[in-house]
Order: sequence, then C-alpha cells, then structure tokens
Amino acid sequence: MKRLIAVIVMALLPIATFASGAEVELEKANVDLHNEAAIQRGAKYFVNYCMGCHSAKHVRYKLFTKVGLNEDQIKRNLIFNGAKVHAHMTNAMSTEYAAEAFGAPAPDLTLEGRRRGADWVYTYLKSFYTDPSRPTGVNNKVFHNVGMPNVLWELEGIKDPVYRYEVLQNGHVVAESESEDEANAKAKSLEGDVRVEKVVDHFAVRSPGKLSAGEFDQVARDLATFLSYIGEPIKLERQRLGVRVLLFLVIFTILAYMMKKEWWKDVH
Amino acid sequence: MSSLIEWIDERFPLTKVWNEHLAQYYAPKNFNSWYFFGSLALLVLVNQIATGVWLAMAYKPDASLAFGSVEYIMRDMDYGWLLRYMHSTGASAFFIVVYLHMFRGLMYGSYRKPRELLWIIGVIIYLAMMATAFFGYLLPWGQMSYWGAQVIVNLFSAVPVIGDDLSVWIRGDYVISDATLNRFFALHFLLPFILAALVFIHIVALHKVGSNNPDGIEIKKGPKGNRWSPDAPADGIPFHPYYTVKDIFGVGVFLIFFTAVIFFLPDMGGLFLEPPNFEPANPLKTPEHIAPVWYFTPFYAMLRAVPPMFNSQFPGVLVMFASILIMFFLPWLDRSPVKSIRYKGALFKIALAIFAVTFIVLAYLGLQPATPTKTMLARIFTVVYFAFFLLMPWYSKIDKTKPVPERVTQ
Repeated sequence: MKRLIAVIVMALLPIATFASGAEVELEKANVDLHNEAAIQRGAKYFVNYCMGCHSAKHVRYKLFTKVGLNEDQIKRNLIFNGAKVHAHMTNAMSTEYAAEAFGAPAPDLTLEGRRRGADWVYTYLKSFYTDPSRPTGVNNKVFHNVGMPNVLWELEGIKDPVYRYEVLQNGHVVAESESEDEANAKAKSLEGDVRVEKVVDHFAVRSPGKLSAGEFDQVARDLATFLSYIGEPIKLERQRLGVRVLLFLVIFTILAYMMKKEWWKDVH
Repeated sequence: MSSLIEWIDERFPLTKVWNEHLAQYYAPKNFNSWYFFGSLALLVLVNQIATGVWLAMAYKPDASLAFGSVEYIMRDMDYGWLLRYMHSTGASAFFIVVYLHMFRGLMYGSYRKPRELLWIIGVIIYLAMMATAFFGYLLPWGQMSYWGAQVIVNLFSAVPVIGDDLSVWIRGDYVISDATLNRFFALHFLLPFILAALVFIHIVALHKVGSNNPDGIEIKKGPKGNRWSPDAPADGIPFHPYYTVKDIFGVGVFLIFFTAVIFFLPDMGGLFLEPPNFEPANPLKTPEHIAPVWYFTPFYAMLRAVPPMFNSQFPGVLVMFASILIMFFLPWLDRSPVKSIRYKGALFKIALAIFAVTFIVLAYLGLQPATPTKTMLARIFTVVYFAFFLLMPWYSKIDKTKPVPERVTQ
C-alpha cells in the first residue's frame, strides 16, 4: 500500500511544474485586518472617493461598530445621505447613467476585495497613468482600458507612462529595449513568429499630488484593507472560533482513540 | 425502560433491527483506515442535509435576489457564514470521501461477487450526488455558477435531433434564467432525500452480503463461532460497539481536517469557492475561463479531449457519460481469481496506480484552460482511463496472483 502511494506521488510531481504565473505582477499590499485604524481610514476614503459611483450594497454601515467606531461616529463621518446606521451602503447613481458616462455600470464593491485579492486592489489603485486616447484621459496597467477615471489623482498626482518594447519570438520575450526603433530592428533580424509589444515599464510623475508617494501608498493600502475587510467581515472571528473548535476536536479525538483502544483490547 | 422496549418490540421490530444491523451484525475484524470513508460519507450527507435545510430558510431562489440572499446569510444571519461554509466545504468533502470510498472498493475488490449489486447501487448514489452538486452549484448565482450551468446544460443540446428542445426543456428558457434557478433549487432540495433513500438501500444490500475486507476473504464462508455467538463467523466482530467506537475516532480525525478548511481555508485557494463566483451572474459577460468545480473536472477534461465529429460535440458528451457508466460494468470486467490487491499481481497494482494518477491528472487538466499540449495530454489520459476498464478482463486474468489465506490477517 505504501508503495502504491509513493508511486502516485512520484507520478504527480511533474504536474506542479505546469502552473503558470499571473500576467501583471502585483505589488504586495501587506494588509492587516487587525489594524482597525486602517479599516476606518479605508472606510473614510471609500465613502469620499468611491461611493459617488460604486456601492457596497451588501454591507450595512453598522458593520463598522465592529472595528472600533460607535454609531454616532459612523453617522457623522461615513453617512452623507441621511441614511440610517443599519442601512446598506448603496448610492444614487443609476446603472443606466453609469453605463452612459463610463461605458459600463460601476460594479458593486462588496466582494471586490475577496474576488480579486488585496494585492490586486492595491496595485490597481497605484497603476493609473495618462493616456490621451481614453475618454477619461487615463488608463490602468492592471486593468487595461478601464472605464473608471483616476478618482484619487488629487492625492496621488498625475503620472505619465514610460514604455519599453518587448520583442517576442514564438510567444517568448527574447529582447527588450527602451527604443521602439531598436526593438523593430531586432525583430527584423529574427525568424519565426516575431512581434514587438509596447509595455508600460514604469511611471514618471508629471505633477505631484497632495500626498507623497509613501503617503499615497498608505491610502491605497487602507482601501485594500477596507475592501478585504468588507469582502468577508467575519474572517478574523471565524479564525478565532476555528482555533477553539480545533482544540476541542483534538482532545475529542484523543479520547475517542483511547476509547477505541480500550474496547479493542480483546480483539485478536 | 425494558418494559417500554418490550411494548415497542411488540409493535415495531426495534430490538431486531438493532441486533441485525448493529449489535449482532458481524463485520470482519481486519478493517483498516480505508474503511472509515463509508461512515464518513454518511456523516457528510447528514451535514449537507442539516446545513442545507437551514440555508434554505434564508435563501431566495430568484435570479434578482439569490446572490444577495447568500450575502445576507454570510453577513446578517447568526452563524449563517458557518452554515454556508459547512455546506460548501461539505460538498467538496463529500466527493473526497466518496472518491476514497470508491478507491477502497477498487483496491479490495469490493465490487466482486456477491457484491455486484452493492457496487451498482453505489454508482447510482454517485450519479445522484453529481446531479445534486450540479443543481446546488447554480444556487449562489455567481458568474461561475451561471456559466458553469450554461456549459453543462448546453451539452444536452449536442444530442442529435432533439438536442435543442431538450436543453430548452431542462432550462425552462433559452438561456439559464430565473426559471432555471427556481427548478434547480427545487431539485437540489429533493435529491438529497432520494440520496438518503439510496444510501439506505446500499446499507441493506451491504448487510445482506456482509462487508468485504482488506484480504478479500468471505468470512461467512470461513469457520464459525466467536465469543458472541456460535453461529457467527469466527473472523467477525459485532459492528456495535467495535466499529462504532472505531468510527467515532475516524469522525474525530475527519472533523479536524474538515473544520480546519471551514475555519481557515473555506475557499481552498479558489477550488471550493471560486473567485469569479463572488461576482453576481451576468448573462451578458462571459468569464475568460469557465471550469466546473474540481470534482467534475476529470469528466470535463474527457469531454473537451474529444474533438468535434460531424460538426457535433456529441461524441465528447457520449465519452463523458460513458466514463461514468462504464463503472457499472466493473464487477464483470475483473476476471482475477482473487479480490484484494494484497493477493493480486503486479499488473493489477500498476494498472490501479496508473488509473489513480490518470484520474488526478484529468481533474487537473479539466481545471485549466485548454492549450494544444494540455488537450493532447487529456486525450492520452482519456484513453488510459478507458483502458483501465476495457483491458481489465485481459490483464486481470493473466496477472500472477498470490495464494489467499484461509483466515483474515491482522
């Protein structure tokens, strides 16, 4: 039997190498759900910058009593439309209007942090760059041709893209260059299925915003923390409960094992 | 107390049932850890029914309300999140446990005479489970629920002549819609009770023929007489209390793993709860990559592996259904003179190991977007999958077996 398992394990090893990486490398957000201040700040940014278009319609404002705010603070700082504390975080923008203004309705963000992950949210918020070909004047490195404008530009400032040119041969990057001409020349010298791709390499600040780069990172991290939190508010509580359940089960299982041993003493 | 039982026994065979199926049901004494999975499957079924009923009290089978009602369960209902994670993790656990239970059967020849019917009932249970899981997967009404159901129901439209009408009949609409969701909910609620009835029949059949064991020896044919009864098989011990206490220990071990997932990894890295399913169903937006839940992916990989023939996907659909239906014939495909892998020869051991690997590789391939290399691999492994069954009459017959002992070994 052990040999059979070993054979199966050995045969499966090569599968691990099949796994392929993501397309755009995401920056680590390092969100900490224990950091209630970060969730509170994220909530503030969310209601100020995001909720004009987006909603979090499965979340009640009252939820934030669990991250250190009282109802009065919630009413004064997070609710601008006179909604009750137990109301859901909805907004007044109709899907029809949003679709007309931005090409697509602004999605509800209740589960965005859970669906895409905190790292995605963090990197996305930091990846807007100027692109005159877009109706909003900006594009996004993580979400290509996104309909959303860079609502945080006032804080972050305006960034221009700096491109690099990748020469691909049969789908693999064989050379990169900062100059388009150089890349094209290189591509001409190669055989097979060759193409040159324009990729955003990094950003150059055109005009700085109200915040420094480090301060803006913190804003993006706070929003990523907030979206992770509302994606699954119960997460920390479930882990706390889980520890207790597991401790109980370990003791239960040890006792069950001893009981089994005792009963089976006379089976030969 | 005893007069009460007497009163009942005169009207209902309580003591008789207790004795026949527990206290005086003699199971072989040499069960190993593989024999935990039957009782664990029963435990998970009970878990699914119990949590499912509670979830149904808050769930709304309506296309405009379903997604929100799941979030209501997750956020506003007391311990709703726990019920839902128990149910969603339970679905995956059910298949893990049942796959191991079936693999146990393959190893020890538990499908061989006189247990053919027991095995067939088991395969029917497996089919009912798959149907239940498929109907249930639509209910959260997320993107993957919606498009997964769309893909699977579309399979029926590949049936020649009646296909289009058949798929419309299943959906109740031309696309997956509110009508589909409503009927899938009804069927998802009904099927578990049919499943429970089938499990009952499975156990009745098991207790008629008696349990197999890792040695594949019929203890009923061996010597008679043990400490409890002079007519009982010498290698048998009463199921209760011996296997009840042993199974309680197995339940403990299982629950440690099960609750570890529920409390610490409920989405299992996107396998048990898929990230696209956190976005509500949108009939106008097809996800980049649609894959069924992991427990269906071996069959999905085989479906995709078959190229369209005569402009039709039907051959792929046939292969997929054949891959499950072929299990029904297993009892007659195995021509080995021995039941258990312990006494079978190298050929069968290698075949079974390759089969296990094939199943896992196909499961992996079914989760991945198709590429030419992966499609080629899926084709090779589809052939291997069927070869395990179709070549069995040959390799099990010429295989060099070892002599089977008279009595069970410890």
